Amino acid sequence: MTDMPMEPGRVKTSLTAADARTKRRNAAETRFKGYGIAAILVGITFLVVLAVSIIRSGVPAFTHTVMDVEFVVTQEEFDAAESELFKTQAYLQLFIGKLSTQLEEKGLEVEIDDAAIERLLGKVGSDIRDFYRENPDALGKPTRFELSASSRVDGYFNGRVTRETLVDSRFLELSDLELVDALFEAGIIKGAFNWNFITGADSGVDNPGGAGIGASVVGSFFMMLVVLCLSLPIGVAASIYLEEFAPKNRFTDLIEVNISNLAAVPSIVFGILGLAVFIQFMHLPQSAPLVGGLVLTLMTLPTIIISTRASLRAVPPSIRDAALGVGASKMQAVFHHVLPLAMPGILTGTIIGLAQALGETAPLLLIGMVGFVARGYPEGIVGGFTDPNSAMPAQIYTWASRADVAFYDKAWGGIIILLVFLLSMNILAIILRRRFERRW
Amino acid sequence: MPLFWLIMVVLGIAAIGFVLGRQRAFASAGGEIRDLHSLPSYYGWNVALKALVPAALLLIVWLIAQPLYVSSTVSATLPESAIPEGSTRGLVMAEVRRTSEGLENAVAEGLMDEGLARNARADFTDMTQRLKDAGQIVTAQITQPVLRAAQSFRVMNSTGYLYMAIAVIVVATIGFLFALRETHAEFRARNVVENGVRALLIGAASIAILTTIGIVLSLVFNTYEFFTLYPASEFFTSLTWAPSFSGRGGGSDLGIIPLLWGTLYISIVALAVAVPIGLFAAIYLSEYASNRVRAFAKPMLEVLAGIPTIVYGLFALLTVGPLLVSVFGDNGLGWMQSGTAVMTAGLVMGIMLIPFVSSLSDDIINSVPQAMRDGSYGLGATKSETIKQVVLPAALPGIVGAILLAASRAIGETMIVVLGAGAAAKLSLNPFEAMTTVTAKIVSQLTGDADFASPEALVAFALGMSLFVITLGLNVFALYIVRKYREQYE
Repeated sequence: MTDMPMEPGRVKTSLTAADARTKRRNAAETRFKGYGIAAILVGITFLVVLAVSIIRSGVPAFTHTVMDVEFVVTQEEFDAAESELFKTQAYLQLFIGKLSTQLEEKGLEVEIDDAAIERLLGKVGSDIRDFYRENPDALGKPTRFELSASSRVDGYFNGRVTRETLVDSRFLELSDLELVDALFEAGIIKGAFNWNFITGADSGVDNPGGAGIGASVVGSFFMMLVVLCLSLPIGVAASIYLEEFAPKNRFTDLIEVNISNLAAVPSIVFGILGLAVFIQFMHLPQSAPLVGGLVLTLMTLPTIIISTRASLRAVPPSIRDAALGVGASKMQAVFHHVLPLAMPGILTGTIIGLAQALGETAPLLLIGMVGFVARGYPEGIVGGFTDPNSAMPAQIYTWASRADVAFYDKAWGGIIILLVFLLSMNILAIILRRRFERRW
Repeated sequence: MPLFWLIMVVLGIAAIGFVLGRQRAFASAGGEIRDLHSLPSYYGWNVALKALVPAALLLIVWLIAQPLYVSSTVSATLPESAIPEGSTRGLVMAEVRRTSEGLENAVAEGLMDEGLARNARADFTDMTQRLKDAGQIVTAQITQPVLRAAQSFRVMNSTGYLYMAIAVIVVATIGFLFALRETHAEFRARNVVENGVRALLIGAASIAILTTIGIVLSLVFNTYEFFTLYPASEFFTSLTWAPSFSGRGGGSDLGIIPLLWGTLYISIVALAVAVPIGLFAAIYLSEYASNRVRAFAKPMLEVLAGIPTIVYGLFALLTVGPLLVSVFGDNGLGWMQSGTAVMTAGLVMGIMLIPFVSSLSDDIINSVPQAMRDGSYGLGATKSETIKQVVLPAALPGIVGAILLAASRAIGETMIVVLGAGAAAKLSLNPFEAMTTVTAKIVSQLTGDADFASPEALVAFALGMSLFVITLGLNVFALYIVRKYREQYE
């Protein structure tokens, strides 16, 4: 590089005043640093945009529009409705009749037409029927109902459906919105917290208002139970062997290579494995959280083994030496001294592995744990493992792939619940680490 | 659930064994703990393990072997005439299995008594009707041989499970008695138990190998079956992907090339987003950032890696897609027809990959020795010149490894492309067009209604095999590069 400064026209200048070349180099320096800052800002912006869009789109799922009405159903009306062929339809008509008389009494100014009211309502017929079948005592007494409005009316209140975008259809007509506004003024239509979204099960494709994530939360819970009960002992045992006992030989190398490769295999391949081995070959029940748990166990094992080995390695050798020195066997030194000291690290790693498994979707779709399977709660503990059920991410996927846009709100709402679970697991892991971590 | 109770019984035997073994050891030493070879609990563990482990192994083997045995036996009794034209033995067996489950459920619900369910002479039309009434059967009509096979299937299964329960409990008891008999003060219980535990540890570690074998076998067998139904040359060279779902077999074009192209295109877009952002972020974090900025920004970026992919998928479908359409769609530049496109999926996948690239590169840049930087500063280079001309060339192999790992993630990613990239397999250069990938097609072929023995479903295994081979190759290559580089400085 000795011939470099031979640029023509370069005059020596003072040290205090920067020459053109120095200025250029300094400008390049600033630019380069700017690129770095920009990259970080872009990354954080993405995160913020993601968070904002999740919260903005997800919150409507937790509220729904209800019609708050008090009315009386007499024994005769009940019997008449029960004798009809289409019972829920009969209850619907009954309700519409009650509502229109009430509205007339209140003297609302808009025109009330039964078909319009029917369009505003969700699936209320079965709700009323179920209530009176369970509580026959309530017949003849005034009862207050909060009946869910149709998903389009929901959309009107949270801004998804507006007067400009609404196209008249059999679901909702432009003129109905006048009625909605009037009912809202009268306090009959109002927003309420949607408990059904948290506790309910999936609904049919035509009833987005009735869809809830509760059943698939239970499915996810049983799956995580399987993952925890299998991957923690197996992962810890495998790590102890590899870290403390394994001789340096071909077999150990083979295991190591396998673990590092499995950690990078795409999750969908584990789904194929589950489908072929657990369902095709072993004939375990399809769509069962047990099978989902087995697949996710195999998927998370490498993660757990890698983090467990790191925490076993972090225990200083002097602990082992001291134990061996007072006469413990190798096994006793590991199980009585090294393992307890490594436990906080192991638990942290396990929780993070579980969180990863909780958010995994693709393998579950292949073994049949799709959302529409979660139509009810499983019966009993054993049923929780073997009854067809879904899991939170698979349920979200099912909602996202349905045609009715009202399900998109549910999908975002489901994501909020999923992220709440993930966040609390990660916070638990951080607390565990902070509380018990030891620096040697 | 008899299996649950069986496990409870075996655990109970082991627990009793632990207590009795411990007591017996104490008794044989006359209550003097110093006369025992091992600590008392080791005698207990010895009995418990010997009762538990062989019984558990037998249980697992039996649970795997019995369905295979029963299926093959029943399948062999099915006459050739019972298999309708255009159907296969496997399909009829699936029907048999469903029917036997139906019988089981009907008996469990009390709609059919045990005798009728077993009755070999039962009229099959009556049986169909009863099963239909019980809401147990979906097919129109079960035929005579299918019903017979289903009945024998059901009987064999239930007797099999009975034998299994007996055998498992007997094995547990034998282990228990044997271990209890050998328990006395001189017995080297600790050594025996430790050897047993060691064997269990080795077994746990071998699960990784078993998993790999399971993956490879399930892919290889089904892929082989696919290639007997569909020519391999077509699969690898055909330029169209058009599976038919109308009938069984025939009329489908199952070429992998359009899918590979879609996968590749989306991954390239994703890497074009992730690599510059990730790399510059890593450079800034490791070379410029103060500790406070680093402590804040690094975890923030890593949060992006912890978000489940379904969230990104929904983000692509519902936020990024409509946004891109509003800019590039018919009202804007007119390049984009719908929200699902290569660009949508690629962009979102790029966001997901930023932390992969940045964390790995950050580690690698940090491991470049400070002496190299100091040398460069000493010659008068600015910080950015040092980074560009000294640090990055030194870290290059590691960074390439990191990018390859990110690429293998991108190729194997499923949910983002299922939701964001569309469903049409196209060989096109326009990044605003919908395309599809290998992973998305694996999901759609295996979750559809296609019958499991048809090439339309089996192709998913061939796709999975290709995916497995590609990602494995990339990983091995990336790890090789990273490892080679690491040796230079340590």
